[in-house]
This record gives sequence, structure tokens and C-alpha cells, in this order.
Amino acid sequence: MTKIQLTVDGAKVSDDVEPRMLLVQYLREKLGKTGTVIGCDTSNCGACTVHLDGRSVKSCNVLAVQADGSEVTTIEGLAEGSVLHPVQEAFRECHALQCGFCTPGMIMQSVDLLKDNPDPSEEEIRVGIEGNLCRCTGYHNIVRAVQTAAAGKVSGDAEAGSPAATAETEKVEV
Amino acid sequence: MTATQETSTEPAREIGRDRRRKEDQRLITGRTRWTDNITLPGMLHMAMVRSPFAHATITAIDTTEAAAAPNVVAVYTGKDLDESAGVLINAWPITPDQVTPAHPPLPTDRVSFAGEVVAVVVARSAAEARDAAELVDVDYEELPAALDLKEAAADTVLAHPDLGTNKSALWVFDSQEAGTGGDVEEAIAKARESGVVVEREFRQQRLIPAFMEPRSVVVDPTGEQMTMWSATQIPHIVRFALAATTGVPESKIRVIAPDVGGGFGGKLQVTPEEWMAWWVARQLMKPVKYTETRSESLMAAHHGRDQWQKITLAAEKDGTVTGLKVELLADLGSHVAIVGGGVPVLGAFMFNSIYKFPAYHFACQTVLTNKAWTDAYRGAGRPEATFAIERIMDELALELGREPLELREQNWIRHDEFPFTTVAGLEYDSGNYEEATRKAKESFGYDALRAEQQQRRESGDPVQLGIGISTFTEMCGLAPSRVLGSLDYGAGGWEHASVRMLATGKVEIVTGASAHGQGHETAFSQIVADRLGVPFEDVEVLHGDTQIASKGLDTYGSRSLVVGGEALVKATDKVIEKAKPIAAHLLEADVSDIEFSAGRFSVKGTDQGLAMAEVALATFAAHNLPDGVEPSLDSDATYDPINFNYPHGTHLCAMEVDTETGQVKMRKYTCVDDIGNVINPLIVAGQMHGGLAQGIAQALFEEAVYDDAGTLVSASFVDYLVPTAADLISFDVGHNSTPSLTNTLGTKGVGEAGTIASTPAVVNAVLDAIRQFGVTDITMPCTPERVWRAIQDGTAGAKDPTTGAAAAHFDPATDGAGQSNIADGTEGAGQ
Repeated sequence: MTKIQLTVDGAKVSDDVEPRMLLVQYLREKLGKTGTVIGCDTSNCGACTVHLDGRSVKSCNVLAVQADGSEVTTIEGLAEGSVLHPVQEAFRECHALQCGFCTPGMIMQSVDLLKDNPDPSEEEIRVGIEGNLCRCTGYHNIVRAVQTAAAGKVSGDAEAGSPAATAETEKVEV
Repeated sequence: MTATQETSTEPAREIGRDRRRKEDQRLITGRTRWTDNITLPGMLHMAMVRSPFAHATITAIDTTEAAAAPNVVAVYTGKDLDESAGVLINAWPITPDQVTPAHPPLPTDRVSFAGEVVAVVVARSAAEARDAAELVDVDYEELPAALDLKEAAADTVLAHPDLGTNKSALWVFDSQEAGTGGDVEEAIAKARESGVVVEREFRQQRLIPAFMEPRSVVVDPTGEQMTMWSATQIPHIVRFALAATTGVPESKIRVIAPDVGGGFGGKLQVTPEEWMAWWVARQLMKPVKYTETRSESLMAAHHGRDQWQKITLAAEKDGTVTGLKVELLADLGSHVAIVGGGVPVLGAFMFNSIYKFPAYHFACQTVLTNKAWTDAYRGAGRPEATFAIERIMDELALELGREPLELREQNWIRHDEFPFTTVAGLEYDSGNYEEATRKAKESFGYDALRAEQQQRRESGDPVQLGIGISTFTEMCGLAPSRVLGSLDYGAGGWEHASVRMLATGKVEIVTGASAHGQGHETAFSQIVADRLGVPFEDVEVLHGDTQIASKGLDTYGSRSLVVGGEALVKATDKVIEKAKPIAAHLLEADVSDIEFSAGRFSVKGTDQGLAMAEVALATFAAHNLPDGVEPSLDSDATYDPINFNYPHGTHLCAMEVDTETGQVKMRKYTCVDDIGNVINPLIVAGQMHGGLAQGIAQALFEEAVYDDAGTLVSASFVDYLVPTAADLISFDVGHNSTPSLTNTLGTKGVGEAGTIASTPAVVNAVLDAIRQFGVTDITMPCTPERVWRAIQDGTAGAKDPTTGAAAAHFDPATDGAGQSNIADGTEGAGQ
């Protein structure tokens, strides 16, 4: 067992962990941060993406002991109280999630992408989230969500002003 | 009440509105309830010991070392199981004489696919269970494995030697026998003389549903009812099957599907892992949990597709189709899973698609092999059918030198011919193929892209352009119970809903359709908000727990809205009818004078009225109700659909093919679908996008590949290529709506449409780009290597590739010759 001390979602935590314990296991099993999920065992899917000292990492690819002394932000620490992060808001606004399992990782990766490149092209977004798999959305609306967040077009409860779908033959693309 | 007031109190119409989803708040903030999140006091963890062999005798299992490992509580093998472990059911024996191997949760003496569970280790932590699983010593004697589908169909090697054959069932539909059409052999014979016969063989490769949330199960045996949480699409069916096979009364079983991270058919199953968790928890009387790894999921959760399709199409020289004959081999894998052989049968009614074939014959032979068992994967039988018919319509067009869209139009059911009874015996209620196609062509820029294609061909551009078409239909809304009964399916196809009017004016609705990403909570709220005239926000949707949603048949087959939504409409209408006499009593009016509109009961010709919430509160208080009226507005309804419904659409795909490297790149994808009336256009668009991605993935990326020893080599996301964002483009999704006539809301299913339609559009486009090199087919997935090889072989290939390919599969005399220009019919990674 190794003692680690770190800050997770703003709270200081300290635990004795097995050296082999992954950061994602530490977050889920020791801290109950079950918003961060495990989707594969080969670091392909990105569902477990969190921020480690401000950069996105796949937390299945980091040992808990490597996070000693670091600051970790998970999906549960992204919103400021009840105010959603603009990327969270954009995902909701653009229907960028269905089952929602990939969503925590996808949002954390998108936040990091926009930090590096505040005005990405569609191609840059697609390449930027390439390490995160989604099986539900075909990525179409995830790309739109990242574009929407980048453009700062998300504000509050967007549906209040959303018009009813008009003519039945109209396209649903927004 | 004045007309002006009435207008101002009219709530915004919810149906058709692009409401943002109610589900999302918890999902985007990580406030989720996945099964693997559940931790219970004293909970134990299971790890599975799986067979590395496709087919082997288990000669001995030594569990001593594992049992002695730290914090290991128990180790179980197949020999430890008793009757209370139950069995894994096949709910759809497709013929009375179907050959069905016994399917206990663990085998005792023989494994029949690589990945099959042979022992279970139970320990205090998941890590300790896994460590100890490594210590279980299993001795195997390897047996020859039945791996190749065609060889297995010939009984060359037996997947289960005790059964004496690999052939499980032969299911046949013939239009002449059924009285729905003519004799297909006659049509083919006539076409051979004076028309044209196109014969092709297509491969539906094996796919893996690859939902993002690995399967997980928790069983709590404490308390009067035993509870199972499972990442399943079918909590109600799991409950039934546990009761039917493990001896625990159904009333003592509670199954909960909490947040479920995708299914796509892949979680429509009863699994050894669930059954073992159930049994182990009962043995130890402690809560147990099992969560699979991704590799286990890819290896042992059921697979989909995996067919060989022999298609014979007869037509007149003018392009009018006269007959269609379909002969399938379908790989069941090692066992007949819950729907199993029923999946290809679901496709049986769809090969004729939107075309007016006067004669049709379908025969499907299901075959046992030593691979993971197959079952439903998004579309389940219908993508396979759509692929075959849309591929061969292109082949017919090529044969006749016709424009492929025009040839389709010549043969499809015209708008003014609905309702139309097809040669497969289904009555299509509505549709407009002309209009969907017109819109799709316009949005796609069909003529401009054809012109560019021509220009690239003429200039010898190394990057060629191909245009692919798929004018599909599907049957969805599973299903009329009588139809299921006639097909020997073990259950019905109804759905149940309850509406509960709470004292505070809130409304709880309970649906038996258990969602796993589809957005039921939002769409169902919209329906009820409109129907009852209550705010969208006041409606709460409950589902996925058999103790709350006590009746249901769950979510699959694009059924939730068209069957479950209709049950909801009927339950809601009962609430209104129950409220009317109470409202009349409170308003001191005659019930015949009560009108209900926009959430308000009013007395005809007066300004007197009561809101639904007021009536609900008065009913709760029950201080002043009419004599003999029960103090409840709550209502239930169980709805059995009268027919399937038939979404359709025109999908157009433009693919760029680099003829020097074989690289394929999607240029544009346009679809115009007819799914009837739309409840929530945002959700519908999402279903289309995701469906398209999965169909495109079959065409270009995905394949479950086994090596010569029967080991799944694509058993991780490194090798099983679920597409990434960089592999796909933004889609051009449109609609043309002709309301369904088979349900009140006029809706048609949408969950599977994109997947069913898109695969042939993509493959047709790739082929269209490179047919000039003599290429007639490419086995899916159309990888750059296969495309490059096809171009190379085609260029250097046979003099008359089209005829050669057509003859080769059917005539032993030309065995394989015509295959030369078909790229890599891979059956196994060794090739």
C-alpha cells in the first residue's frame, strides 16, 4: 500500500492504495466518483477521461499513485455549483448524448480541446475527440455541441424559446 | 370563458417540438446510476474463468489454489450447479423440429466457443476475484471446431457431436404456398428464357453490438424479494426467464435496469453471467456483483448478422421484376440464443422490400458453430434483407444498363397504391417513395454529383467518385401478438402503460418499455403533456424496474413509441374518462355536458370549468365524489398493435475512392426518411445519426474476426473498429412524413432505420466508383486493402467479370472462377 494525497473536484483526499490501482478505480471505488466510467481495458474508448492538473487524461491509463500531489477534475466537478460548464450546456442543447455513457469522457475531452483551440474547424474537432468512442450519436451532434460551445452560443434554458417543429417535411437539422 | 382567454391558456403543443431531453441533466453531470456503480453492504465480486478453446472437452478443473487465495469466498464449476441455476432460454424455436443444444449457465464437460465461462470465482474484491481466477487450473482436450459457416452447414465438423448435425432449423416461406404470390421457380425459368436472371451471393459479416457500457449485474438476495440490477434492455423478460427456469416465484423476483449505457440489441439477452450471479447470491446469501471487461464483452456478449445470402432475381428485359428467391445460411454460434434463429426470420418479410415482386421464396438454414452465439443487433434481420435487395437491384440495373434509381422507381409501390399487400403477406399502410426520393435527390445534389462522377471517369482521375442508393423499408413496432404466435415466438408483443394522477397535480407515467438511451422520458412526457394538457415539466416517466413498471415487454425492434406510446395514449384517455364524472359532479353539471380540452374540464356553453390538477386534488381528498365512483383517476392500458408499421426512406451516399491506395472517403450522405409523425425532431435526428453510423460501420469498418483456431482476434477496441469521430462525416438528414395508419399518433419506428438503410448505400457507392475496373463485389467491410485488391484483380481480371461472378457461386463447374474479382471473401483472420 502506498499513501497518496491529491485534490479531486476541489476536495483534498488521502488514501492508502495498492500500487497497481488505476486512477479510474481509485475515483470510482475509493471516492465514489461514479460519474467517471470504464468502457474498455485498452485505453481506446476514453469514457474515463478526466483532467489531471488541467490536462485531459484517460484515467484508466494513469496509476492512482501517479496522481499523488495532483489536482484531478472529473465530470462531477466541472459545473460551478448549479451553473453548468458551457460544454455541458452545449451537449444538452445539441442533443449530443443518448445513452450518456461516453458523455463524461467526451465532455472532459472537449473542454480540453477547446482550451487548446478555442475556434476549431469541424475537422479539428473530429480529430480532437478521436480518442473517445461514442456508439449512439454518430458524433454528428457531438461535433455540433463543441462548435456551439466554441461559438459561445449556449445560454441558459434554450428550449424556452425553441419553436415547435414547423412543417412536417422540414429538415430537423438545426 | 372568452375565446381570447381560451387561446391564452392553451399550452404550447408538445408533440413535434424539439424539447431538450429530461435525461440529460444527470448524464452530463455524472449523477448516473450505472449497474457497476452499485455497492451494497457485504457485497462480493465474481470473476469468470473462460475457455481459451473454441471446442474442447473439459477433463479436469482444479480449483484448490484459487479457493485458497486471499479473500476468496467460493469457486464454482459447472458440476456444482443444481437445478436452481436454471437454464438460458431460446424464446423463439423457429420450427417444431429445431435442433437446440442444452444451455446451462456453465457447461460441465465440454466447451463450445472460446470465451465460454467454465468456472466462477467469488471474492471480497473484484481484483482479488480476478487474481484468483488466474489460479483455476482447467485441463482441456481440444476437439475439432466448426468455424466456417458453409463447412458447418455441410456437417463437416460438428459443433455439438451429441446432436449429430449442425443444422438447427430450416425456415421457409413461399409465396405460392402462402397464397400471396406466384411460383418463383416458374418466374426464374421464364426469365432465363426471355428475360434476365441476376444471381449473386453476399456475405453479411459477423458484427458485435459494442454498446459503450460493459454488461454488469448485481444481485441482492436479502429481503423478501430478491433483486437483480442488470445492464439489460429487457428487465421484464429476464424476470420471467429467471422465474421460469430457476424455481423462484416470479412474485419474489425484482429486476431493475437502472441507467443502461446502450444496447442496440446486444443487451436483449439472458446471459450466463446474470444466471450465475443469481445462483451464487442464493448460495452465499450475500449480494454479488459482476462487471465484464471490454474483452469479455466483445468475446462473450452476443454477436450479430453473420449470414451467407444467395439471391436470385428474375426480371423482364424492360426491368420489371418477376421473382425473388432468397437462400440464407445463418450462423447461430454455439447455442440458440433468446431470439437466435428468429433474427433471420424477421428479415424474411423484408427482402422484397418496396418492390412489387409477383413471386417470392425465402429459405433460411440456421447453423450451429463453435463461435459466440448470435442474436439481435440493431435492425435484426432487416439490415441483412435490405442489403441484399438493394445490392441486387443495383446489379440488375447494371445488367440492363439502366439508371439504378429509375429502375427502382419502375418497380416500387406507387404512392397511390397504398395500402399494399406484399408478396410476403404484409400490408404496408402508408408511404411515398417518389416524394422521399425527390427530396433526397434534391438535397444530395444527385445530378451534379453524377456529372462530377462522369467527369472524373473521363479524365481518369485517380480519385473516383461513386454514388450509392438505398431505397429501403422496414417493419417495426414489434409486434402484433397473433403474428408472433403464428411464428412460434414464445411471448406476445403488447406493451403496458400506467398514468398516475398525483394529489399535487404532478403526473407519473409508468411504461413497460425500458429505455437505454432512446429518450423515452422526454418523448413520453411530450405525449402525455399534450393529451392531459399539463406542463411538460410536471410529467415524470418511470421505467426499468419490475416492481414499479410491473408489466412490460421492454425495448427493441423500434417498438417503444409505436407500441408503448400507444399504450400510454390509451391509459391517458382512460384518466380523462374517469375524471369526467367527477368534474361534472363538482361543477354540478351533467356529464354529457362536460368537455375536456387543453387540460381543462368545462361545461358546454358556460365559462365554468376545472383544471385537471383541481380534479386530481378533489379525487385525492375524496370528500365530494359522486356516489359509487372510486377515488382514483389512475389508469392502465395494455396495447397490442394491430399491424407493424413501415418506415421507409431514400438514402444516397457519395464515396470517393483513391484508386491508387484503395482509401475510401465519404463525401456526402443524404437521407430522407418517412417515419410518420415526429414527436421530438431532435431525438429523431439523433436516432438517425447513430443508426447511420452503425450501418456505415458495417460497410467500411467492423468485423468480428476469428482465427483458424476459433479465437476471436478482434476482441478489443484496438482490433474491433468502432468508428471514431474522425472516421465519419456530418449527415444530411431529412424527412417526408406520411402518418402511419396503424396507431393513433401516426408514428413509425425510427430506432433502427438508419442502420437498416445505410449499409447498402455505402457499398453500392464504393462499387459504383470502381466498377469500371471490372469489380463486381467487395466483401464487407470495404477496407482499403480489399478495395485496392479489387481494383487490381479487376483490372487484370476476367474478360467478362459480371457473368463470371454471377455464375460462380451457383455452378460447381465454375467453382470459384468468378470470385476472382470479388475482393477477399475473408472467413477468418488467417487469410
